[in-house]
Amino acid sequence: MTPERIDKIATGIILGLAVMVGLVILGLLGYILAQGIPHISWHFLTSGAESFAAGGGIRDQLFNSLYLVVLTMIVSVPLALCAAIYLSEYAPDNRRTRLLRLAIEVLSSLPSVVVGLFGYLVFVLKFGLDFSLLAGALALTILNLPILTRSCEDALRQVPYLQRQAGLGLGMAKWRVTTKIVLPAALPGIITGAILSAGRIFGEAAALIYTAGQSAPVISYTDWNPFSPTSFLNPMRPAETLAVHIWKVNSEGLVPDARAVSNGSAAVLIITILLFNLAARFVGYRIKRRLTK
Amino acid sequence: MDDLQKQLTQPSPESHQEWTGKIISSLAIILIGSLVLAILVFLTIKGIALFTDNGISIWRFLSQTDWQPSHQHYGALPMIVTSFSVTILAGVVALPLTLVVAVAITEILPKKMTGLFQPLIELLVGVPSVVYGYLGLTIIVPELQRLFGGTGFGILAATGVLFLMILPTMTSMTVDSLNAVPKQYRQASAGLGATRWQTISRVIVPSARDGILTAAVFGMARAFGEALAVQMVIGNTAVMPKGLIESSATLTSVLTTGIGNSVMGTADNNALWSLALILLIMSLIFNLLIHLVSKKGVA
Repeated sequence: MTPERIDKIATGIILGLAVMVGLVILGLLGYILAQGIPHISWHFLTSGAESFAAGGGIRDQLFNSLYLVVLTMIVSVPLALCAAIYLSEYAPDNRRTRLLRLAIEVLSSLPSVVVGLFGYLVFVLKFGLDFSLLAGALALTILNLPILTRSCEDALRQVPYLQRQAGLGLGMAKWRVTTKIVLPAALPGIITGAILSAGRIFGEAAALIYTAGQSAPVISYTDWNPFSPTSFLNPMRPAETLAVHIWKVNSEGLVPDARAVSNGSAAVLIITILLFNLAARFVGYRIKRRLTK
Repeated sequence: MDDLQKQLTQPSPESHQEWTGKIISSLAIILIGSLVLAILVFLTIKGIALFTDNGISIWRFLSQTDWQPSHQHYGALPMIVTSFSVTILAGVVALPLTLVVAVAITEILPKKMTGLFQPLIELLVGVPSVVYGYLGLTIIVPELQRLFGGTGFGILAATGVLFLMILPTMTSMTVDSLNAVPKQYRQASAGLGATRWQTISRVIVPSARDGILTAAVFGMARAFGEALAVQMVIGNTAVMPKGLIESSATLTSVLTTGIGNSVMGTADNNALWSLALILLIMSLIFNLLIHLVSKKGVA
């Protein structure tokens, strides 16, 4: 057989297999979306979940997921940004820095269930936060920190060194150079990274079942006092998120329409992730255009 | 005169700001470092309580096949075996298929289509693992049941779910490492009259080998630590796996179902924390493996 013939055959096999794998994955996701989207209705999105009866919605779960993302970002963005500034601007190249980088790497490779158990042990039991949004947000922060720190550091490092030298040459201190010159230039990358990581924690479940809990108590959306136990803003209440909800209705199976509810929830989850991805691209693009104008 | 001297010898507001900034950013990194240390210390202390407080020998814990916490039988071997089986099977299935997809994207399909694949893979990487688990529960398990009989739950179903879950991540990493192969290699190979397949199989894939292996280890590490998606399709019977479509349980699935049903501080509960310690140690080992594989540098 000539090499040309082998090349043709190999190309055919590679393309065939690749197309097959792609079609299987897209087909499965398409199936979920096709099953779920008809179930998404205004009623499904705006009514509370049922424990034993059919016809429950996902209002509280959807809100909890979004609120948890907001709480997590409030804690993790400043921390990750400061850590990234240290790593990219201040850290000397020595053994201690390498150890810190290794620690971040270890943190990013921890299975989320292990992070959840640590959160259960420390935040829920030791700190006495019980199953609460706050405990969940802290656990998610642990998951989010390494990813966010890395993406912030990458964004900061992409700013040309010449710009820093220009600032330093004008007699600015390093911190001022960082906050006034490097940070604005790195902003598109930082925001894109933040939105992408928000999408990732939006669907997280394993770290939450023993930190934010698996129950969604009745909450009132008219009570704006964050300290009131029934307020939707209260960070100390237990909260079941959308991803946990999918897992729970399937593993307990007390709801007669578990299949329909999970189809709808899975579709909402995928669509929200898609929106997060699109938002990240859009924001990155817009800011870049505004800055380079 | 004194005022001037004071003004000149005092640190300027600028340097005050510099110090504050430096201290704040150092504090953040120190916090992250101590967090990692705290995780390692806390989980190790909890994880060895079964051996120190409850007098179970480590060897018996790792080698016995009988897991019945309510009867004081703490043999973790079934879960360890199942966890490794699903991880290795998923890795073995995913590695060649990832490579095929990545080669097709970088080497064969026209460059214009790459712009289409990039966001698609990004989306797939972001799909929550619970959704993959749910897919397994609604499609893979019934299908296995139809093909092989039985319940359909078990190692094979978990392998399918994990395969779907790690494929996008591994593909995206493999695509990156194939793209990192210098253009000159391709040109040199073409200049020698090699066909595309010869270039792919003898130049590109061998020089990207470390990156491809890193992607595989990374994917397997994720598969090993995945909890809920696996728990949904594995069947959750903590016995030695007898076959690929027999109900069994992994370390993570026992943890997810068990922690809520045991009282803190009892031997049952400590045994679960020991399982968590195994997970932690394995994730450190995977980390080490990635370092070993990727440190070799570009071939």
